[in-house]
Amino acid sequence: MKPRTLFDKVWASHVVHGLPDGPELLYVDLHLVHEVTSPQAFEGLRLAGRRVRRPELTVATVDHNVPTDDRTLPIADALAARQVGALGENAREFGIELFDLASPRQGIVHVIGPELGVTQPGMVIVCGDSHTSTHGAFGALAFGIGTSEVEHVLATQCLVAMRPRTMEARFEGAPAPGVTAKDLVLALIGHIGTAGATGHVIEYTGDAIRGLSMEGRMTVCNMSIEAGARAGMIAPDDTTFGYLQGRPRAPAGERFTRAVARWRRLASDEGAVYDTRVTLDAASLAPQVTWGTNPGMVADITARVPDPAGFAVAAEREAVERALAYMDLRPGTPLEGLPIDRVFLGSCTNARIEDLRSAARVVRGRRVAAGVRALVVPGSQQVKAQAEAEGLDRVFREAGFEWRNSGCSMCLGMNPDILASGERCAATSNRNFEGRQGRGGRTHLMSPAMAAAAGIAGHLVDIRRWA
Amino acid sequence: MTPFVRHEGRVAALPRVNVDTDQIVPKQFLKRIERTGFAPVLFHDWRYRADGSPDPAFELNPPAAAGASILVAGANFGCGSSREHAVWALREYGFRAVIAESFADIFYANCCQNGLLAVRLVPGEVRELFARHARAAGRYDVVVDLEAQTVVDDAGFHAAFSIAPYHREMLLAGLDEIGRTLLEEDRIGAYEQARETGKGKGETW
Repeated sequence: MKPRTLFDKVWASHVVHGLPDGPELLYVDLHLVHEVTSPQAFEGLRLAGRRVRRPELTVATVDHNVPTDDRTLPIADALAARQVGALGENAREFGIELFDLASPRQGIVHVIGPELGVTQPGMVIVCGDSHTSTHGAFGALAFGIGTSEVEHVLATQCLVAMRPRTMEARFEGAPAPGVTAKDLVLALIGHIGTAGATGHVIEYTGDAIRGLSMEGRMTVCNMSIEAGARAGMIAPDDTTFGYLQGRPRAPAGERFTRAVARWRRLASDEGAVYDTRVTLDAASLAPQVTWGTNPGMVADITARVPDPAGFAVAAEREAVERALAYMDLRPGTPLEGLPIDRVFLGSCTNARIEDLRSAARVVRGRRVAAGVRALVVPGSQQVKAQAEAEGLDRVFREAGFEWRNSGCSMCLGMNPDILASGERCAATSNRNFEGRQGRGGRTHLMSPAMAAAAGIAGHLVDIRRWA
Repeated sequence: MTPFVRHEGRVAALPRVNVDTDQIVPKQFLKRIERTGFAPVLFHDWRYRADGSPDPAFELNPPAAAGASILVAGANFGCGSSREHAVWALREYGFRAVIAESFADIFYANCCQNGLLAVRLVPGEVRELFARHARAAGRYDVVVDLEAQTVVDDAGFHAAFSIAPYHREMLLAGLDEIGRTLLEEDRIGAYEQARETGKGKGETW
């Protein structure tokens, strides 16, 4: 048999039927649902008199617009409250399990899936959210869909999809201390651009990827979409199986052993062919920080703000000019030392326990710089509880960080956690688009340790030189 | 879904690359539970100044752009968030087609679901549309024909585009994709049964 990639294996095993003219009907093993992109889908089902075909393969939570402060109070924003309420009613009506605000398992949908063990190797996983690519860290094919497709999956448990192309992104060597999963993926996006992987599923390979924890792998896969990719995947190995063993919804006992034997066969075969390949030397990478208004506008922390004049293509030059005007940055300014007003430690990219530990190591025994407001928003209530059991909440609080309940929070600012116009934020999230964290707000993406250090110093720092 | 066959209309030009869906509909407007009500907030933070007044410098605001139904934009249009609200807003505002060198994958799929035709042209053709739009001071109309797979104006511009046959049929017919998939019930059921009895494709990869 022809050698096949991880993607080829997962795709082929989920094709229900090839439709005329190209696309294929793909079976979905797990459908994750949240409050923002689902109400219109449920309404569509109601209007057509349709049911949810496999409610037991569907898991819902509230994360995007929920407040992260006092949970005992009603949601102050009436529209947000209505949207959260609608998901509760839809979950009841259609028989879907919901982890709501009162649940100790509530959290960002891409954090709780793996945490529960519902995310498993070899699955096809979809969600009405572009960062669904996160789940690819387990060797699943996981991707974001629109609300019409959410309705389609609810009604049929299938999706009509065109087969994407494949890209191998290989990271060779071991990253230097201070260089994290976030830096690997930001460097890749900088290298291939925000549309560099459009139409492709990326498989991340190489020693630097093998060396990452599951948390780190999720960070890498999470940002696949920021390179335009349909999904990101990493072949499952002992790190993956170790993470899954004992999770509430993962197979247990003999079933787990059998599952591992199946999952081991998912890895790409020797000699499997990808449509595109790119190789980065992880050992030579520096910590990364974005300077512009998309994640591809990124540079080493030791670099300076680029000069638009250095960009040969007119459209690119204009985009850089626009970005620098929005970010209020002048060409040639060193990134290190750039003053910040806010710190956001959170999001489906970097709010798992390992991220909080890494930030807490930097913060311990120090104080947030005068004039800086810093926020920690754990990725789930389970992450929050774990961090509190380890005393990390005290480390953050004593340093002057606000310690919150979980949600998407300031990653997209749908809830009250937003930047004021003109504020500059060191953020661990995934998008630095104009207005993403609040109209007029300026976002610099970086790793948790870098963001924490920026909060202490009051400006961007090179974590490698942090005492 | 409204079918798309052929549409003649006013062009609005947005010569920016990487226009993300956060710009098309900013997050503060995603709390609605309906598919409607998004036209007033299309491109909100670009279209309106902080005080709420229209920004005359924004490309959709000049009088010549009033009633535009064909948007021509820079490469990688619709990148970022999966929010279908972006497509609902464009449709409700009156756009029937978006023309660009390239589109982000999820946005493209969302267009197909809503009768918004996303037309990929080569960079030179998009540049030519921008140039003709500028020369006409924004009073520039084209015809987008999905049956013929062409974009033409009445002054010699002629560009052919390709589209997956499945998407073309879906748009031409205004297809209800769920209804179509439900016709495959036997196949879906058989797939599920094979999986449950341990004989499915997923057992062996």
